[in-house]
Amino acid sequence: MSDKPLISAQNLSVHYPLRGGSLLGPAPVVRAVENVSLEIAAGSSFGLVGESGSGKTTLGRAMLRAAPITNGDVLFEDGEVSYALKNLGKQDLKDYRKRAQLIFQDPYAALSPRMTVRDIIAEPLEVMGLTKSRAETDARVREIAAKCRLNVEHLRRFPHAFSGGQRQRISIARALVSGPKFIVADESVAALDVSIQADVLNLLKAIQQDMGLTFLFISHDLSVVAHVCDHVAVMYLGRLVETAPTRQLFAAPRHPYTKALLSAIPSLDPDDRGRAQKLEGEIPSPTNPPPGCKFQTRCPVAIDRCRVEEPKLERAGPQLNVACHRWHALSV
Amino acid sequence: MTRLIDVENLTLQFDTDEGRITAVDNVSFSLDAGEVMGLVGESGSGKSVTAKSLMKLNPRNAVYGPDTKITLHLDDGPVDVMSLQNDREMKVVRGGAISLIFQEPMASFAPAISIGDQMVEQLLIHTNFSKAQAKELSIEMLDRVGISDPSTRFTQYAFELSGGMRQRAMIAMALSTKPKLLIADEPTTALDVTIQAQVIDLMKDLVSEFGMGIIFITHDLGVIAQTADKVAVMYLGRLVEQGSVRDVIRKRAHPYTRGLLAALPRLEDMDAPLTPIPGDIPSPLERPSGCVYHTRCQEVVGARCATQVPEFMTVSDDHAAACHIYDGKGGDA
Repeated sequence: MSDKPLISAQNLSVHYPLRGGSLLGPAPVVRAVENVSLEIAAGSSFGLVGESGSGKTTLGRAMLRAAPITNGDVLFEDGEVSYALKNLGKQDLKDYRKRAQLIFQDPYAALSPRMTVRDIIAEPLEVMGLTKSRAETDARVREIAAKCRLNVEHLRRFPHAFSGGQRQRISIARALVSGPKFIVADESVAALDVSIQADVLNLLKAIQQDMGLTFLFISHDLSVVAHVCDHVAVMYLGRLVETAPTRQLFAAPRHPYTKALLSAIPSLDPDDRGRAQKLEGEIPSPTNPPPGCKFQTRCPVAIDRCRVEEPKLERAGPQLNVACHRWHALSV
Repeated sequence: MTRLIDVENLTLQFDTDEGRITAVDNVSFSLDAGEVMGLVGESGSGKSVTAKSLMKLNPRNAVYGPDTKITLHLDDGPVDVMSLQNDREMKVVRGGAISLIFQEPMASFAPAISIGDQMVEQLLIHTNFSKAQAKELSIEMLDRVGISDPSTRFTQYAFELSGGMRQRAMIAMALSTKPKLLIADEPTTALDVTIQAQVIDLMKDLVSEFGMGIIFITHDLGVIAQTADKVAVMYLGRLVEQGSVRDVIRKRAHPYTRGLLAALPRLEDMDAPLTPIPGDIPSPLERPSGCVYHTRCQEVVGARCATQVPEFMTVSDDHAAACHIYDGKGGDA
């Protein structure tokens, strides 16, 4: 792991137009991601957590140029090429696709039932024209399949013959076959059973070290993120509310939302009940966000200032950023 | 405490094109009024099928074992659920004594009928209420589960409610018939953690208020630790461990329970390596002989694990595990 970022978002916003609105005046938009800046160091795992509707998937897609970038930009720099994603040309975008890949959440929906495992894994190579002969494709598929603990016999079968964990390993092999540097893993273990989940997480960690990959790990499960990631960012309603090294975030959360999120994880101790700090209400609709701080409607420590002025993400320590008017007052 | 339900030797098989599949294999447990039992297991372990068979909610190709006996103890005396034949007879149980909450609240409400009409409809079927009384009770229940402005919500449709709100409405609907037993099938799995915490709290309040029994089905051991009084662990259609929540989580007698807990990422120790259970859950078409878990077990004691089905052995008071470790014969290697 180095300190140099492989990929960084700079004041990145993704807005989607809403239907309706009048002919005059600006069209209404949903601000799915608003003014997000973050850096992911080469070779590290960066965790992105938040509730559903917080914009974490959209942010992940924007970093792959799979969602439209409205404002700001994403910079990618792997030592061979350097791209600014917002206005990337067609040829460069094609090249970027092979350097940045996505692992999907649901291994049952992500694999075509009509293709053999070999064809599924080989498809990116053929579409991107990365191999010259069938023999070369086969060799590459076998090599990557072995890394994901799939044997030659598996390659001949169709996805329906596989369990959830095996299917997820097939999805991982497909994402890795083009030799990417950057992987977005969007809820990649959420659909798996606990006993299988640990196996896939261990595999991802081993492959990361083996191939020197950089991960953006999107998850709603904080304990999974705690085990896999070096650095974590917490999102709420399209904004980053806190980013910190994993240990620091879990040991001393600064933002009231992070605190609530951590305390809501059900404890495995049956005698430790009702300790959770209860958060009232639900995440507001992104089509109609509250004024001021987006979290003020549920925040237990909100003051008048929070209701009118939106806090900026500010430095709260080395590698530590918080967007809250009150973090300083509350931490002393 | 008064006994609410006794399940003895529940066996359930399905006739399919590929042959007869065993979904539930000789499962026995009981539940008292006011008690919360957690039913834990991974996908395919048969936990949902077990819970649904308590009200015989199974497809036509389901075949119950001849020794299966389910007795529901109601105020008017015991009801033998297996002897109930048609839908009319089943009414005592379905929506009467037992209510069911599903995992996906979006899929459980009809999209084109308002929440209120659906709540009133089931009350008219299961009680002697007039329409006006049913409406009044429904709004009261919506209010009770923490839905603000219940009379407006009453007229709305499922898509107008958020996920957490829908699950609350589902709970309100399930409880409005005053069931003796509530089966909650992964009621918080589709919800975010902060909303999950709210729903768990709500369910705890309701148990103490209504004094009903709850069977809480989940794969999340954290949720079990927070809600259940006692726990039953299932694997491939078999119960492998039963006991109080403290015993099962702290003492974990069965190798499968140990494996499951070791595979969980823990916040207390982030550097601890994750220990997966080796292998995959076998397909129900290829059920292992002997102990169903022996193909993945790390603590196999001898050849009998592959040939002989282990009996439930008492580990300590009210704590039992179905494993050859406890049969006193030791390893025969």
